[in-house]
Amino acid sequence: MGEKILMKGNEALAEGAVLAGCRFFSGYPITPQNEVPEYMSWRLPEAGGTFIQAESEVSAINMLYGAAATGIRTMTSSSSPGISLKQEGISYCAGADLPIFFANVVRGGPGLGNIAASQGDYNQSVKGGGHGDYHTIVLAPNSVDEMGNFPKKCYELAEKYRMPAMILADGILGQMMEPVEFKFQPVDPANLKKPDWSLGNAAGRKKRIVRSYDLREGELEKMNWARAKKFQEIEDREVQFEEKNINDAQLVLVAYGTSSRIAAAAMKMARDKGIKVGLFRPITLWPFPKKQLAKLAQRVKNFLVVEMSQGQFVDDVRLAIGGTAQVDLYARPAGIPSGEEVFAVVEKLYQSIKPAKAVKKVEKVKPAKKAKSPKKAKPTRKLKPVKKKTVKIKTAKKATRKGGRR
Amino acid sequence: MYQGIRISGFGGQGVISAGILLAQAGLLENKNVSWFPAYGAEMRGGTANCSVVIASEEVSSPVVSRPDTVIVMNEPSLAKFEPLVKPGGLLIINSSLVNSKPKRTDIKVAYVPCNKIAEEIGTTKIANMVALGAYAGLTGALSVDTIAKALGKVFKRAKPEMLELNVKALKRGAEIKI
Amino acid sequence: MELVNKKPSGLVDVKMHYCPGCGHGIVHRLIAEVMDELGIRERTVGIAPVGCAVFADDYFNCDMIQGPHGRGPAIATGIKRSQPDCIVFSYQGDGDLASIGMAETIHSAARSENITIIFINNAIYGMTGGQMAPTTLLGQPASTCPTGRDAKVNGYPIKVCELLAQLEGARYLERTSVSSAQGVIKTKRAVKKAFQNQVEGKGFSLVEILSMCPTNWGMNSLQGVKFVDEKMMPIYPLGVFRSTEQEGGQR
Repeated sequence: MGEKILMKGNEALAEGAVLAGCRFFSGYPITPQNEVPEYMSWRLPEAGGTFIQAESEVSAINMLYGAAATGIRTMTSSSSPGISLKQEGISYCAGADLPIFFANVVRGGPGLGNIAASQGDYNQSVKGGGHGDYHTIVLAPNSVDEMGNFPKKCYELAEKYRMPAMILADGILGQMMEPVEFKFQPVDPANLKKPDWSLGNAAGRKKRIVRSYDLREGELEKMNWARAKKFQEIEDREVQFEEKNINDAQLVLVAYGTSSRIAAAAMKMARDKGIKVGLFRPITLWPFPKKQLAKLAQRVKNFLVVEMSQGQFVDDVRLAIGGTAQVDLYARPAGIPSGEEVFAVVEKLYQSIKPAKAVKKVEKVKPAKKAKSPKKAKPTRKLKPVKKKTVKIKTAKKATRKGGRR
Repeated sequence: MYQGIRISGFGGQGVISAGILLAQAGLLENKNVSWFPAYGAEMRGGTANCSVVIASEEVSSPVVSRPDTVIVMNEPSLAKFEPLVKPGGLLIINSSLVNSKPKRTDIKVAYVPCNKIAEEIGTTKIANMVALGAYAGLTGALSVDTIAKALGKVFKRAKPEMLELNVKALKRGAEIKI
Repeated sequence: MELVNKKPSGLVDVKMHYCPGCGHGIVHRLIAEVMDELGIRERTVGIAPVGCAVFADDYFNCDMIQGPHGRGPAIATGIKRSQPDCIVFSYQGDGDLASIGMAETIHSAARSENITIIFINNAIYGMTGGQMAPTTLLGQPASTCPTGRDAKVNGYPIKVCELLAQLEGARYLERTSVSSAQGVIKTKRAVKKAFQNQVEGKGFSLVEILSMCPTNWGMNSLQGVKFVDEKMMPIYPLGVFRSTEQEGGQR
């Protein structure tokens, strides 16, 4: 605690997990996350834990399933194709209510894709990922410091709610170096309470079973309803997000992970020119900060989503905002935008917003409603999205879902 | 204060470690720093480059698309990175290996015979340190002493003699004037 | 009066769902007896497969975990490495172990994980309804090869013990059968050895047990027993393929 160390994101992730009490890691090599297993291969034995290079991702996640069933803190990591292979096992862990922790250092896809950073696994991460009716808690760090400090959060949430928790990173966050300060006392696994469902050493108690199935009539549905209730509680209690320059903002950028860093760069350029831009960054992608975004949309009427995927994250933003504000998208599926590039979009979009702001526009639509209910002010046509990578103002009588996409 | 730097060269020329050194030195001066490598499928012999940011404010994007300073250690890197330098920015060229001249007139250019100077000191392995020294001397963004201190942090297992040579190279580089 | 022949404490007192003439119940009992005899029940964790034996987690009176198809050895690895004091066994059928889970089987043997694998070879997929298994005999009909397994289309049966015997990490490999009283006795001896090896830290032990599936073979119980003896044994000869006593382990 205290000292700032220059570390690669992947190494910070591994060290953060070990400091948080992880004592078991099984994984399989894949770029751009190889530093995680490499680091664990010497660090875990040093800490009295176990590292195994499995024969496949499929095997790795099942080793984790077994190890987690004994009640210890475990971890696996991979990158996109490898995470797909692990999804069956993750679903089993969800079905068996096991608190596992894993990280996806996302690369370009689909298929073998490329090895650069991408956010193409958003939907897979936040909508469950494997088969069946479940969620995974998803934390999206945007710095090496958070890569190092989030594993502990993941363990705590996973154990509190008995379910998988993950870190959704990307190639940039994995490969970049930044100072990290581990802001917690190292966790000694000996001080963690053995859960009352863990396997092994059954002396003096009844046998326990860890399993994800229940074939008895109606029982699985009961179990899934119990999980649904738990998921609702998590949505109510565990949302985390960050806001910057929101108070006077007329346009709010919405982005997570690496995209939020790039959006922040664009915001800085905009503010330097007196353009009132803010930034909303979800830290938990599931639970998604629905209410917080909806509340923000009562005041701010223009949002620009920046994501390194075709338009996955934007769907959740639009669902949260529910048509009460205009949501545009700047997407780079398997591309890494620069701050300048995003700023150019912001600048154009902002020009189109300014005249549309405030009372005048509302008058045009329905003069009677005027200033009375700014809440309900629908985005006027002129604000409707737009095509291609930059924003043209006069398009679109029919704003389609695709509007604004690149 | 904000300094976005790109360093580029052949794999093996030490551009990756030079970048880490800069970031570590920035950290020693209590700056916000980031380092990001362009990582590829090649293991050795390909081109390598990295981005470094040293700033007094929070670092926003770690990928430096408009660098204040570019250090090119080999010929192909010049063509690739010359266009990215910010107007008024600095381009440091390893003139031992780069024969072409930059076309732009809106940037400052420093020709540093990195390999030649390194060889004079003892080994071409430290050509990257000559370039870093030049960067420190020309921009004043970091002191040579801090970079020398960072050497010990980054290369924990390096022999003292080798570290000494590195410091010499830094100092020689810092004497370069445009 | 003392009860001499009682249910072993390693089995839960519930009715099993297995068909008449099936071998699973016999092998379950043998494992339970061995757990009792070695005094390891309280520290044993068993892994139930996907297949007919999926409900083994209800039948064995020790901690149990049920996992994805074919991944028993990986799960066993995770448990054993994080709780070395536990005795871990993976109970698997032929589709589970020799088809979808072959990689886990081979690699856990290559690593010589200190675990015990009980492998039931009945040359057919049971629970899903009689499809061809990797161990289905040439000419043997199954619901996905109704005219019988044809080498040109389906390839040849996999001989797991022979295959694993090539691996240095496989410390004990034996094939037995439960098609006769004598076979059951020999099987128990093999199962006991496979557990004993783990207790002594000797590494990877696997017992392949030829077993009956009269339901999916379209036979009655007696015909099932005959099928094992007359059709399976010539292809899958019984015996020890690697042993901890023999240097090198070859038969």
